[in-house]
Amino acid sequence: MALAVNDLKVWYRTRRGDVKALDGVTFEVADGEIMGIAGESGCGKTTLGKALIRLDTRMKHVGGTVVLDDDELPLADDAAMRRHRYREVSLIPQYAMSAMNPTRKIGRMIRDLLSAHNVRYTEVLPELERRLKLVGLETDVLGRYPIELSGGMKQRVVLVLSTLLNPSLLIGDEVTSALDVSSQKAVARALVEFRDHGFVKSMIVITHDISVLFQVADTILVMYAGHLAEKAPAKTIISDPLHPYTKMLIGALPKVGDRYEEQQLEGIEGRPPSLLEPPAGCRFRDRCPLAHDKCAEAPPFREVSEGHHVACWAVS
Amino acid sequence: MLTLDNLDKVYRTGTFGTSDLHAVRQVSLDVQRGEVVSLIGESGSGKSTIGKMVLHLLDSSGGTMTFDGRDVTKLGFRARREYYRKVQGVFQDPFSSFNPIYKVDRTFETLRRSYFPRVTGSEWRSRLDDALAAVTLEPDDILGKFPHQLSGGQLQRLLIARALLLDIELLVADEIISMLDASTRIDVLNLLGELKGRGLGILFVTHDLSLGNYVSDRVVILYKGRVVERGETSAVFDDPLHPYTRDLLASVPHLDRTWDEVEAEEAERTQRLAGRCLYHEAITAQGRSLGEEADAADGVPDGVGLVEYAPGHFVGCFRKAAEEKCPAAT
Ligand SMILES: Nc1ncnc2c1ncn2[C@@H]1O[C@H](COP(=O)(O)OP(=O)(O)OP(=O)(O)O)[C@@H](O)[C@H]1O
Ligand SMILES: Nc1ncnc2c1ncn2[C@@H]1O[C@H](COP(=O)(O)OP(=O)(O)OP(=O)(O)O)[C@@H](O)[C@H]1O
Ligand code: SF4
Ligand SMILES: [Mg+2]
Ligand SMILES: [Mg+2]
Repeated sequence: MALAVNDLKVWYRTRRGDVKALDGVTFEVADGEIMGIAGESGCGKTTLGKALIRLDTRMKHVGGTVVLDDDELPLADDAAMRRHRYREVSLIPQYAMSAMNPTRKIGRMIRDLLSAHNVRYTEVLPELERRLKLVGLETDVLGRYPIELSGGMKQRVVLVLSTLLNPSLLIGDEVTSALDVSSQKAVARALVEFRDHGFVKSMIVITHDISVLFQVADTILVMYAGHLAEKAPAKTIISDPLHPYTKMLIGALPKVGDRYEEQQLEGIEGRPPSLLEPPAGCRFRDRCPLAHDKCAEAPPFREVSEGHHVACWAVS
Repeated sequence: MLTLDNLDKVYRTGTFGTSDLHAVRQVSLDVQRGEVVSLIGESGSGKSTIGKMVLHLLDSSGGTMTFDGRDVTKLGFRARREYYRKVQGVFQDPFSSFNPIYKVDRTFETLRRSYFPRVTGSEWRSRLDDALAAVTLEPDDILGKFPHQLSGGQLQRLLIARALLLDIELLVADEIISMLDASTRIDVLNLLGELKGRGLGILFVTHDLSLGNYVSDRVVILYKGRVVERGETSAVFDDPLHPYTRDLLASVPHLDRTWDEVEAEEAERTQRLAGRCLYHEAITAQGRSLGEEADAADGVPDGVGLVEYAPGHFVGCFRKAAEEKCPAAT
C-alpha cells in the first residue's frame, strides 16, 4: 500500500469559525495506482492535496492519520515533514504554471529548488535532460523564461521537476486545467508515462474535468463538501456510478455527439452547504432526490463490492 | 444576420510597433438568427480577437463586417450605441465583470440609466424579473447580493440576463463556461439552447469541443488565425477533413472512448488523406466553380480560401500554418 489515509480532518481557522474543508476522509492508494479526485469547486480537493504536503498557517490538523509506505507522516509537524516533502511526496500546486517566477530561467528555477533540498543540479542534470526529452521538450527550455513557453510546455516542465527524485507519491492539482485539448492530452499522457516508467510510484490527480480522469486514472474518488462520496475504478464511476451525486454529476456531462435538440442533459440544482457550519448527516441531503430520514445521520463510506466504496444510505 | 468577410487583424507589437502579429487572417463566417455558431481553436488561434472585433472592442485591420446587410465595420459613437442594443458579449471570467464592492443590482441600474432612462420603476422591475426568469434565476436569491455571495454559474447567468434586457439579437459568448463546474456548465449550455430557440443568434467561442458540440448548429475551426474548416456541426465532427481538425478531435477527452481507441479510428482516415490536400484537389479538378467560397477565392491567397467539399462543409488548404507548404505540393 503506497498511501493510507484514515479519518483525516483538516480545517481552516477563520474569524467566523472553522471551515471544515476536509472532514473525516478515509481511502487508500495502491502501489502504481493513479487515483483521480473529482468534485465541485470548493469540495476540498486542494485542501486534501495540501494536507499531505504542508499545512499552511491557517490550516489545522484536527484528526486522522496518513501513512505513506509504512511511515506515518507527521502532518502537524512542519519541520519533521521536511524530510518527506519533495523526496517522498511531491505536489504540483494548482496554478503552479502562473506562479512561476517570470524573471528566472527554467534551469535556474530547477537549480534553486534542488538546492533547497540539498541536491546538486549537475548530479541530476543528465536525468533531467532525459526526462525533458521524454515529455517532448528540447533541453534548451532550461535556458528559457517561463513566458517563452506555452501553458502545456510549462506544465510538462513542472511535472519533470516535481518528480526528479522519484517520489513515492505525486499529487497533481489541476495540472491539465486551463490548457486546450491538445496540450491537455500531452500533459495527461506524460503523467501516465511517468507512472509507467516508475518515476513516481503512485499518483493523485485532482481535476474537476472527469473526462480527463477517465483517460488517465485507474480509480476515481468523488468528493462532496469535505466528505467522500464514492470511489471506484474509473470505468465504473463513469458507467455504473452508485452515489446519487456521482450519478447526477456524470449525467451533467455532454459527450461528443450529445445534442441539445435531441436530449437535454440536466444540471444539479442548488449549491453545496457552507463548510463553516455544515449540517449534520449526509451533506448532499438538500440536493438529493433520494434523501430520507436516515440521511440526517452521516452515511459511512463503505465497500459495496470489491474496490467500490460509497457513502449513501440508499445504496445497498 | 452577422457576416464577416475576409476579416483581418494585425497587432502591432514590439517596442515601436516594429513587429506585427497577424492574429486573424481573412476570416469569413456568418451567424444567423436562432443558431449557435461555435468558434473552436487552440489557445492563441484568434478566437477572442474575432469576438472583440465583432463587439467593437478592437478595430479590425481589413475586411468587412455587416449586420443585416448594413456595413458595421466602422461605427461612430452614436451608431455604436445602437449596435450594442442588438449585440452584446459575455466573457470567460464572470467575477471580473462585476465590481466586488457593489451589489450586483448596480449592473442593472447602470444599464437602465444609460439605455432606458424613461422606463418607469415598476416597468423596469417587471422586465428585470422576466430577464432573470429567462436565465432561471430567482430575483430574491440574487438581488441585493454581492458578487462573492453568488456562484460563478449564477454570475454568468446574470450577465446573460443583462444582455437579454437589451433585447439583443446576437450574443458573443467567449469561453463562458470553462470556469464553471460541470454541474452548472450544463445549465448555461441549456440556457443558450433555449435562447437560440427564441431566435437569438450566438457566436460561441470555446476550445472545448464536447461543449461546442452540444449546442452548436455550425462550427468554425480556427487555426493560427485562419479558418481551416467549417460546416454543420455533425458533418465536421463525423468527418473531420483538415489535419488540424483531425488532431483536435483526436485530442478530445471522451467519456466513452479512450484516446487510444479514438486514435485507432483516426489512423484510418489519416492514411486515406495522407499526402493529399482536398482544397487543391478541388481547385485543380474543377477550376473555381466548386462553391461560392472558391469563386470568391480569386485574389485571395491559397492559404486562406475554402472549398465546399460536401454541401455546407468547407475546408481550406491542408497546410497547417499559412506560411507552411501544402502537403500535396511536391
Ligand atoms: N485559506 C482558507 N481559509 C478559509 N477557508 C478556505 C481556505 N482555503 C480554502 N478554504 C475553503 O475550504 C473549502 C475547500 O477548498 P479547496 O480549495 O480545497 O477546494 P477545491 O475542491 O480545491 O476547489 P477548486 O475546484 O475551486 O479548486 C472551500 O469551501 C474553501 O472556501
Ligand atoms: N492586445 C494584443 N496585442 C498583441 N497581441 C495580442 C493581443 N491580444 C492577443 N494577441 C495575440 O493574438 C493571438 C490571438 O489571441 P486571442 O486572444 O484572440 O486567442 P484565443 O484564440 O482567444 O486564445 P485563448 O483560447 O487562449 O483565449 C495570440 O497570439 C495573442 O498572443
Ligand atoms: S445518504 Fe441520503 S441524502 Fe445522502 S446521497 Fe444517500 S440518499 Fe441522498
Ligand atoms: Mg482546488
Ligand atoms: Mg480567448
